[in-house]
Amino acid sequence: MTDTDLAIEVSGLTKSFADHAVLNGVDLAVPRGTVYALLGPNGAGKTTIVNILSTLLTPGAGQIRVAGFDVRREAAGVRAVIGVTGQFSAIDELLTGRENLRLMAELAHLDRTTATTAVTVMLDRFDLVDAADRRAQTYSGGMKRRLDLGMTLIARPRLIFLDEPTTGLDPRSRRDLWAIVREQVADGVTVLLTTQYLDEADHLADRIGVLDGGRLVAEGTAAELKRRVPGGHVSVQFTDAARLAAAAAAHPDATTDAEALTLQVPNDGSVAGLRRVLDGLDDDGVAALTVESADLDDVFLALTGHPAEASAPEEIPA
Amino acid sequence: MSTTYAVKDSATMLRRNLLHIRRYPSLSIMLVAQPILFLLLFVYVFGGTMGAGLPGHEGAGDRSDYLVYIAPGILIMTVASVALGTAIATATDMTTGIIARFRTMDIARVSVLTGHVLGAVIKTGFAVVIVTAFVFLLGFRSDAGMFGWLGAIGLLILIAFSLTWLTVGMGLAADSVETASNTPMFLMILPFISSAFVPTDAMPPGLRQFAENQPFTPMIDTLRALLTGAPTGSDLWLALGWCVLISLLGYLWSRRLFLRVPAK
Repeated sequence: MTDTDLAIEVSGLTKSFADHAVLNGVDLAVPRGTVYALLGPNGAGKTTIVNILSTLLTPGAGQIRVAGFDVRREAAGVRAVIGVTGQFSAIDELLTGRENLRLMAELAHLDRTTATTAVTVMLDRFDLVDAADRRAQTYSGGMKRRLDLGMTLIARPRLIFLDEPTTGLDPRSRRDLWAIVREQVADGVTVLLTTQYLDEADHLADRIGVLDGGRLVAEGTAAELKRRVPGGHVSVQFTDAARLAAAAAAHPDATTDAEALTLQVPNDGSVAGLRRVLDGLDDDGVAALTVESADLDDVFLALTGHPAEASAPEEIPA
Repeated sequence: MSTTYAVKDSATMLRRNLLHIRRYPSLSIMLVAQPILFLLLFVYVFGGTMGAGLPGHEGAGDRSDYLVYIAPGILIMTVASVALGTAIATATDMTTGIIARFRTMDIARVSVLTGHVLGAVIKTGFAVVIVTAFVFLLGFRSDAGMFGWLGAIGLLILIAFSLTWLTVGMGLAADSVETASNTPMFLMILPFISSAFVPTDAMPPGLRQFAENQPFTPMIDTLRALLTGAPTGSDLWLALGWCVLISLLGYLWSRRLFLRVPAK
């Protein structure tokens, strides 16, 4: 172990599959006890980074230390302190929920009594008590994800990797998972998560790295990133075309949708900006009004010059 | 990684595999049914004619003599059949997400494989007991003493161990579960080109040389000697040698396949 306060230190990380470069020199520094979110579309290299940090893949070039251990030479040391929950469920479907948790407790070399207690605690915590003795293959997607996370946490890892943990989950399950992540961080655990959703990074992360084409194109807190993104807007629907035309004349930078009688005025989300828009409006001339904040598409458009969706998976040239 | 963890983790993985066997019994049933079908086919369809051709009976051999002759071969086919299932089970297991999880854990990695092998050896034990019961049901009687039986059991366990390490490797090397179910098929064919069903003397020269020198023949001859109370001679050492060699190569191959860090 080094005396550093960083749970993850990466510099100059590259990785290629055959002659196709997936990571083109990534630098990361994640302090202990914080949440770092890697934000990016499919194919940006998020999973590749997680796989390298969790010793599933060998890195190309670069210095990579996880919990102070070199991932190349001290992989066993890394494995002893990490927990990984990936995009695809890493549970044994033929075993029951209880047996899956028990398996992990035994592989974590917990003694018998501690293991039994830990299994009971996890079943309770992840709301799997009723399903504990059913085969995992009968579980719903949300239950499988909860079991998966329980299996990761039962060994009490100090550093957790969550690769798109909420993809495919319903809103309630997503919020449950966010709560669990926050609990872990409160206990001093470090979390690195990948996500395609800005709001998820926004809710959980201390710092966010935006990954595109195997490079970090931006990094900062959610607020810092949003300031760089002019994607927010106020959308005003008018009661008639004349009022729409008048408002459009007052806001030359706005987009007009004549058919829907709607005007979209770019807005940075500040009160002053919003007031400028509102001041020009008559109470009785407005049918509806919504304020939209920047979303991932806006972030991507602003930071990379192309929309998130257009980035074809695994096809980004070096 | 200390040895204690290697033993503890292997025991954990063995329990996992035994649960799999209990949860998914249809594969195991199919694997035992196959040698039993061969047994019935050979004894009742071919047995009368084949028995008459057996050496040492002056043309007076019958169905029951042929049963005695093929029993060792059928038992070894049982072992091979279960080993074939292990290739499928291993390949299937490798497609599940939990294997990636195991790879990120600080455990004795090879325990994933030893769990499969030990589970398969136990499964083979059950299969051999069932098939042996059938062999007795059809009228097989043995002159073997306790020593012979213990030797036969020991040899079958050793054969199961070696063939399983080989098929675990095949399961790991296969790019799909379908491939894994095809590559070990030769293990079911090889006993036919051995001393299992007819004496090798009856085969044409090229084939006969192959049959006499392939690993199944000394295994079958040793088992036959042990079950009939005859001396095993040099076949025992040949059989043991093959088992050790196949186990070692199978183990090293499987280990290398499993421990390599995937490129993708």
